[in-house]
Amino acid sequence: MSEQNQSIPPVKKAAGRKKVELDPRLIAYKGVWVFIEHERGEVHSVSWELLGEGRKLADMLGVELAGVVMAAPGESGARFCQEAGFYGADLCYLIEDPVLSDYRNEPFTKGLTDLVNQYQPEILLLGATTLGRDLAGSVATTLQTGLTADCTGLTIDPENRSLAATRPTFGGSLLCTILTLNYRPQMATVRPRVMPTPIPAPDTHRTMRIIPHTLGMVETDIISKVLQFIPDNTQNKAQLPFADIIVAGGRGLKNADNFKLVWNLAKVLGAEVGASRPVVQAGWVDTDRQVGQSGKTVRPKLYIAAGISGAVQHRVGMEDSDVIIAINNDPNAPIFDFATYGIVGNAMQILPALTEAFRQNLAAARLAS
Amino acid sequence: MHIVVCIKQVPDSSQIRVHPVTNTIMRQGVPAIINPYDLLALEEALRLKDCIAGTTVTVLTMGPPQAEDALRKALSFGADHAILVTDRAFAGADTLATSYAIAAAIRQIEKKEPVDLVFAGKQTIDGDTAQVGPGVAKRLNLNLLTYVSKIASLDLDKREIIIHRRAEGGVQVIQTQIPCLITMLEGSNEMRFASMDNMFRAARHPLQIWNKDAAGIEDPAKIGLKGSPTVVSKVFAPHAKTIKAEQIDVERKTSKEIATAMLSKLFREHPKLHAEIAKLAG
Repeated sequence: MSEQNQSIPPVKKAAGRKKVELDPRLIAYKGVWVFIEHERGEVHSVSWELLGEGRKLADMLGVELAGVVMAAPGESGARFCQEAGFYGADLCYLIEDPVLSDYRNEPFTKGLTDLVNQYQPEILLLGATTLGRDLAGSVATTLQTGLTADCTGLTIDPENRSLAATRPTFGGSLLCTILTLNYRPQMATVRPRVMPTPIPAPDTHRTMRIIPHTLGMVETDIISKVLQFIPDNTQNKAQLPFADIIVAGGRGLKNADNFKLVWNLAKVLGAEVGASRPVVQAGWVDTDRQVGQSGKTVRPKLYIAAGISGAVQHRVGMEDSDVIIAINNDPNAPIFDFATYGIVGNAMQILPALTEAFRQNLAAARLAS
Repeated sequence: MHIVVCIKQVPDSSQIRVHPVTNTIMRQGVPAIINPYDLLALEEALRLKDCIAGTTVTVLTMGPPQAEDALRKALSFGADHAILVTDRAFAGADTLATSYAIAAAIRQIEKKEPVDLVFAGKQTIDGDTAQVGPGVAKRLNLNLLTYVSKIASLDLDKREIIIHRRAEGGVQVIQTQIPCLITMLEGSNEMRFASMDNMFRAARHPLQIWNKDAAGIEDPAKIGLKGSPTVVSKVFAPHAKTIKAEQIDVERKTSKEIATAMLSKLFREHPKLHAEIAKLAG
């Protein structure tokens, strides 16, 4: 029965139909905030994606859009604030303190919670990254407010000025829209690549205001210490969310050996390799290559799906691809309901033929240029 | 050492179907399982029990009476005690109300034996929120360690733990104090098989069944639907509209002919893709 609101169709009356008067104490909460996540001198793209959505929400509400930047001195916090302005923020709250040099739950929770209590935003958005999920869950509990995870759509319910957050549930089989009626701020997380990246406008006439804030914490207050940071070996790691071309395989390939056909085509195309959940569970490929509701969300220019039936679980992670080529021997496979091109056939035969055709085509193009 | 492992019984989401007309979940025949991410938490706790003598593992779940099955399963893997928190008053709880109830139950457990570590799955496969673990940690003022891939060391005398956790772009090695709450990352371990002895023990082991009073709920306004800030306003099936794929003609064609037809169509209708692929392929 836990998490029932977010996972089970309601047995109670729908709350959205009735206009709910906001508790007078909560009327003071105004404005839309986006937590700006950064690592090693770069802002995480999900923060820009959230500013794009946040801008729309702020305009619907007629309020300001603010970024929240927490960084160690010398980590370019002020530059991140300026950049947030290019992506639509009106102002930024900036906390700079040496204890913020690595992400740790305690200082980040305190900083963000204090800012919310002091400046009282009505909406607070974070990326559904490992950092964002760790922080959002802690902040929402500390503030005793509602938090909706992994939203795929955000809008304002005109009846009660509430954030209407839509998210998949039951592995993507259903969508539900969730409201936080009588609590503020209304919090939500969104996964990377679910929302489009807005185009930055560096010459905007908006003036960026930076509101500095002190953390009020010293290193000795914090129990957890980061002993070491081991960066990922990016050469071997899948970079699916930002891949331009993805070749993905599913259960229809029958066994791990046949999955090599996916790698072969990907190699010729310079593409990343993706997989559906059953394939990852069977251990044919690593977990970080899983595309779908419980894996990565991708939006490449070309997605080739071989032997993937197109269950909702998978679909929600890749349907925003520009062009989808689906290969499946079942003409009734759900993937043919949303792919751009369909090939009804044996993926084990079509994949090598496609690999060869692309190889010849690219060789010819190289000769010609 | 005393470890509490929080688990949840969930419907196997890979087997869920939505009724095409009524847009409701068809639960018939969908098996109830222990949330797979919770098994990683349980296994890690059992591994600590294997190496540290005198360790007890208590599994805790909140759910309907049939969640007893999940607890018996956990006992069969080797957990020592099992507690089911169940009460109609918990129905409709969102993550905030759930973490309130779980935290209260853990406080009750602590009255009998102090708790050194709490384990939870990183998220469930039905709600997928990843919010209850951090919520419980905050409420109990436990150091929070999410997405842990490895427990590197645990010093009970100094009450010090060193773990590896997944962060954005790398792995953080963190040292902190117990008691703490840990959520385990997938791939960090694999659940053992239940032993014959434990299976027999699990079948007849008495479970503790707690209603809201036994679970130590102090403020009934903070549990269940009443205690939940979020409300579901609408549930609907995704993608009412479908755009059928344009089928490539495969009648009496060889794979090679199909592939050639596919390529020429793709590059004719999406000319920019060709340059894109040429660039990536180098």
